[in-house]
Amino acid sequence: MNLLLCGVNHKTAPVALREKLVCLIPDAGVAYEHFQAWPEIAESLLYNTCNRVELMCVTETPEEAAALVRKFFGRHPEIAPADLETSFYVHRGQEAVQHFFRVAASLDSMVVGEPQILGQMKAAYRQATEYRSTGPILNRLVHKAFSVAKRVRCETGIGDHAVSVSYAAVTMAKKIFGDLAGKNVLLLGAGEMAELALEHLKGQGVARITVANRTLSRGVQLARRFGGEAVSLEETQDQLLTADILISSTGAGDILITRDQVKGVMRRRKQRPLFLIDIAVPRDLDPGINDLDNVYLYNIDDLKEVVELNWERRKHEAGKAERLVAAETLKFLHWLETLEVYPTIIALKDKAEAICQAELKKTLGQLGPLTIEQRQALEVLTASVTQKLLHDPIIFLKRNRRPKNPHQELDLVRRLFNLDPDRNQEPSEED
Amino acid sequence: MTNFFLLLTLMAYFGATGLWLAYFLVQRESYYRAGGWVMAGGLALHSLALIQRVWSLGHLPAASVGEALLLFGWVLVAAFLLLIWRYPIKVLGALVAPLAALMVSGALLLPREHGTISPLLKSFWLTIHICLTLMGYAALALACLGGILYLIQERQIKGKRFGFFYRRLPSLSVLDTLNYWCLTIGFPLLTAGIICGSLYAQHTLGNFWNWDPKEILTIIAWLIYAVLLHERLAAGWRGRRAALLAICGFLVLIFTFVGANLWFAGYHNFARFIQQP
Repeated sequence: MNLLLCGVNHKTAPVALREKLVCLIPDAGVAYEHFQAWPEIAESLLYNTCNRVELMCVTETPEEAAALVRKFFGRHPEIAPADLETSFYVHRGQEAVQHFFRVAASLDSMVVGEPQILGQMKAAYRQATEYRSTGPILNRLVHKAFSVAKRVRCETGIGDHAVSVSYAAVTMAKKIFGDLAGKNVLLLGAGEMAELALEHLKGQGVARITVANRTLSRGVQLARRFGGEAVSLEETQDQLLTADILISSTGAGDILITRDQVKGVMRRRKQRPLFLIDIAVPRDLDPGINDLDNVYLYNIDDLKEVVELNWERRKHEAGKAERLVAAETLKFLHWLETLEVYPTIIALKDKAEAICQAELKKTLGQLGPLTIEQRQALEVLTASVTQKLLHDPIIFLKRNRRPKNPHQELDLVRRLFNLDPDRNQEPSEED
Repeated sequence: MTNFFLLLTLMAYFGATGLWLAYFLVQRESYYRAGGWVMAGGLALHSLALIQRVWSLGHLPAASVGEALLLFGWVLVAAFLLLIWRYPIKVLGALVAPLAALMVSGALLLPREHGTISPLLKSFWLTIHICLTLMGYAALALACLGGILYLIQERQIKGKRFGFFYRRLPSLSVLDTLNYWCLTIGFPLLTAGIICGSLYAQHTLGNFWNWDPKEILTIIAWLIYAVLLHERLAAGWRGRRAALLAICGFLVLIFTFVGANLWFAGYHNFARFIQQP
């Protein structure tokens, strides 16, 4: 049994190609039907995350299986064979397991340590089990991958540090307010980064979201999306009285809110802390505001600095995670190896059983009528002779394995007992 | 026997100091929890020592600086354990534990004076006066320590330094809430302690107020806290100013506790409490 992993990811394929390949997946039923129809593929799991489309499968004949999968990936009418030429990769055995674990632990992602990937893989696995396309090997591999991912998350600090500007803003807010539940957010202007920050804040349970935009319709649209309300830019001053967090990202050319404005507002708000985030370039908020008591002003550069620092930390933690993945990969491969000897053991036992039955039949025919006890005694005799004879070869298979070349011994036993009578008996695969 | 318990207490407090400092450095939860248990064990031993001393003296041991420190340390540790049980500001332990350890060391190192104590100082009212005041001190001490943490964390956030302290210290709001609670608990206790003492003074000395140096300093501290509490409630003062005032107020209190005994003579001076035989 061989593990084979093939597909394309963000490192090898441009987003356009990945998007086309993802189109093949919604029809997972069709895809799995294909895989199940191919005798080359015993078990399969097809999954995609934001940055990859990959197929993990168990196969006896990796070469042929890889070629088939590649053909399957090329089925999309808009994909040229040349596209796949450079972006399609194939991992086998240890590499495949390690790659799979790394994906699950979010070490292979564009944003290392992002938490969504595990959820996507779980969904893909659920789908695969619905189509019964996974078997004992993939089931175990997937569960191991999930546990590796969990361990990486718990034992390393890979997900601890915010690595996007919008999320960094949220962690800063938490250092000021502690709990963000019940806080009011005011958004000046609308922009992609501001929206992302809003999404994070919404996730933290903020009470009210207000959007002030130059074009009211855009503001209304955005406010509706987040269940907030829209006001005009002129109302900013009044809104400042009730807001706790302000995110400013207007395209205005000069300062929108001055130091004195905020100073006046602070007195009226009884000094409740105010967190101002200025992600506009040029800046919307007077930098002097940061000197006021209980007011904290961050601009885009400050936030970027946080993010960069956190990237460094995350990279450091990723190193620890890689070691963990490597160790778990070896453990899994070891399990896989022990799995490999079972068919041989079963074949050995079957062969012995068949010989016993044949010989018993012959002997019983020659001996004539026997009592039931005598007959049973004969059966027990043959059974125990073969059992004792096979005991040592089985132990040899299970225990005395050479880690460097596990197949050698397996092969020897199969040839010794002639378990594959069709196979060429000449010593051709000796190494 | 008391000293034996106190030595064990001291070891426990130093142990908790080590554990909580380790928690502060490596942020491992188990260190924090172990620190809590060691501290609680220390408090139990500390209580035994105090009970033993009260038993043998027949009154509250507060007639020398050492004894007062011993008592104050006990109240502080008890107040802190109560605090982190309900409102876990975990890193605060790294400040409280060494402080408690220092107080117990002081109690052990400072000479114990022997002599008779005037019956005036054995009164039940005086015991109440001491207990209330020390409980107030403990709450205000926690406000001061919280204030120090607040100032450090505020500096990190304002100055955009996201390093060592930024990651380990709690949020500003948590620290400011600590300031508020300690103040609202500590200030009434201090006030009640002062009133109690002044009633007793009227009863025994014939005057509510004697302009003793310790009394003057205490009233200054009291005024600082009164201003802080008033401004907090009325004008919404908080954050840095509140932290600064809490620290100032407590420095004055410390000065009344230690300085007044060393440099000023007055009837509150510890040296007057014990008449040499």
